[in-house]
Amino acid sequence: MDALRLNNLTAAYGGQQVLGPITLEIREGERIGLVGRSGAGKSTLLSLLYDRVRDQAALVPQEQGLVQSLSVFHNVYMGRLSTHSRWYNLTNLVWPRQRELREIRPILEKLSISDKLREPVEALSGGQKQRTAVARALYQNANILLADEPVSALDGPLAHVVMGIMAEAYSTSVIAIHDIDLALRYCHRIVGIQDGQIALDAASDRLSPADILPLY
Amino acid sequence: MMASASVRISLLFVAIGLLSLFFADIAITSINPWKDLTALFIGIVTPDFLSLQGMGTALLRTIAFAFTGVALGSVSGFLLALAFRWRVVRMFSAFIRAIHELFWALIFLQFFGFHPLTGVLAIAIPYAGIFAKVYSDILDEVDPTPARVLPAGTSTFSAFLYARVPDALPHLATYTAYRLECGLRSSAVLGFVGLPTLGFYLESSFSQGFYSEVGALLILFYVLIATLRFWARPRLVPFYIIAAPFFLGDGLPIVWGNVVRFFTEDIVPSPIRNGDGIAGLATWLSELTLHEALPGIWNTLVLTQVALVLTGICTLIAFPLISRHFGGPKRRGIGHILLVIARSTPEYMLAYILLQLWGPSMLPAIVALALHNGGIIGHLIGKRSNEIRLRPDAPQGCDRYHYELLPRLYRPFIAFLLYRWEIIMRETAILGILGIYTLGFYVDSAIQNIQFDRAMVLILITASLNILVDTISRRVRQHLKLRTSVTCEGH
Repeated sequence: MDALRLNNLTAAYGGQQVLGPITLEIREGERIGLVGRSGAGKSTLLSLLYDRVRDQAALVPQEQGLVQSLSVFHNVYMGRLSTHSRWYNLTNLVWPRQRELREIRPILEKLSISDKLREPVEALSGGQKQRTAVARALYQNANILLADEPVSALDGPLAHVVMGIMAEAYSTSVIAIHDIDLALRYCHRIVGIQDGQIALDAASDRLSPADILPLY
Repeated sequence: MMASASVRISLLFVAIGLLSLFFADIAITSINPWKDLTALFIGIVTPDFLSLQGMGTALLRTIAFAFTGVALGSVSGFLLALAFRWRVVRMFSAFIRAIHELFWALIFLQFFGFHPLTGVLAIAIPYAGIFAKVYSDILDEVDPTPARVLPAGTSTFSAFLYARVPDALPHLATYTAYRLECGLRSSAVLGFVGLPTLGFYLESSFSQGFYSEVGALLILFYVLIATLRFWARPRLVPFYIIAAPFFLGDGLPIVWGNVVRFFTEDIVPSPIRNGDGIAGLATWLSELTLHEALPGIWNTLVLTQVALVLTGICTLIAFPLISRHFGGPKRRGIGHILLVIARSTPEYMLAYILLQLWGPSMLPAIVALALHNGGIIGHLIGKRSNEIRLRPDAPQGCDRYHYELLPRLYRPFIAFLLYRWEIIMRETAILGILGIYTLGFYVDSAIQNIQFDRAMVLILITASLNILVDTISRRVRQHLKLRTSVTCEGH
């Protein structure tokens, strides 16, 4: 893919401008970490980005976007609904296909939730749900990954594992993340949002936690 | 005095109700009402299950019509719900549900006669309109984010199948099951216009004064509804639906000539049929409006408003009966039985019985509507009150009712009453068939006099009145920012 340049992104809520105008360039092979205090506009920015690049992006929203009464398998499969015919999708909903199970199981194994393959999502813990949403984005295999706090419900080591897997699967990504250490470690570039504007934009190897802290 | 918006609205409704009461005819005209009531009570406690011929058939037909009608209504309603974003579909659904199933039955009787199709369509058509609205509400309530994260290019069908249906399914099933119970009531009541269901046998036993047979029929009906969730298991429902059409009975064959005549002659306004031109039509319409429509509308409104207020009072008395905040399990058990009886007895059946006992006036209709609807809302509010956790040292008894529970339950209470308002009006209109001067009375007389053109105009007026009340109710709910859960059991 080519570099993506998004000009003058703005968002208003109740007649009041809450974000932007922001111009952001996403270069190929670049992992961007969005940081900033809650309410600064990170989720709004990600949502705007997703609207612009929908046809080539996979999204992990903060609300996860899972269908609670469907199994983990079906929720992950939904990442590729568009590549199959409607009848294939219909039959797979009733009788999961072996072929799809074979493809999805290894992804769940990497995220250590393969034992939940056939469990309905509503029976999972918060962290397991979050990994299911990540698994769906991995399975979708789009050009860009957009993720909003994808590891917020995971504890220390597991958060690192999942960030690592996402970095490995998607060379280009924009991830909103409030954990400064994770952001610096897994992203090439840090974009800090404050009051709906870009307050910081720098390569992460030139930043220390102390540079980011004032944003919070 | 502190007056929140919902209290002010309630006071307004109470004032209108009192004013209406002033105009309402609530006399007891029968010579010895209490003697008949005692006789009926003795009949109910000494039910006679053996003497009545065809009691089994009556129950079987009641169930068969309910299952076939509700199944057909559910499928059609679902298809309508899929197209609900189009205004014309929404208006069509509102229109078909604004006409009561007994009116539909009266219409179909004129051209299909006593064919099973009459009963099936009479249930299926208004239910399709109700299902369309509630199914569409349920589908709209589903979390939209799963659909948003689907990859671009996903077909609408697959998106609907994966991102909408699974999370809506339990709610759709719950609501359909609730509607099945309503369908049993509707099916039983269709007997009063001559279809071979429970109401038919009830009316004939009643008119002959066989109160023990009436008691047996009523008890069987309560048992049927109270045990619904035991015999109508989700796994068994498909079998019931497949079997039901075979148990509708044969009825009488359809005479297709009647069908054609109904649409090309009977419902054409008589001045047009007779070639009297526009002037004739205007005279016909103004005469119909002045002598039938306006009195019918007036009486329907008066009766509805009185019944609505009395329903509210019944609810406030009824809900503590099943609330765990008052009394022990024994008292609650009795409360549950009372409320099941109140909400399982169709208003029409109750009004019919009271009318036989008290003589013709608005009183039997008002009491029947208030008991039935008060039972339904009382059940819902009582269930809601059981979800409230009070602090351990909360006051007891009367103080608990007024200070702790009523303030917390008042908004849902008003919401359910407003939901039921339109339903009470629909029923009020139909109770006219029993001889109270609401719109149904004029519809029924027109049909008796073989003036289907007049009947159709009056039915259209009734439907418009229902749609109007539904609109006002929605406005008031929006104004009060009332929102009840999606299960919509209040419908």
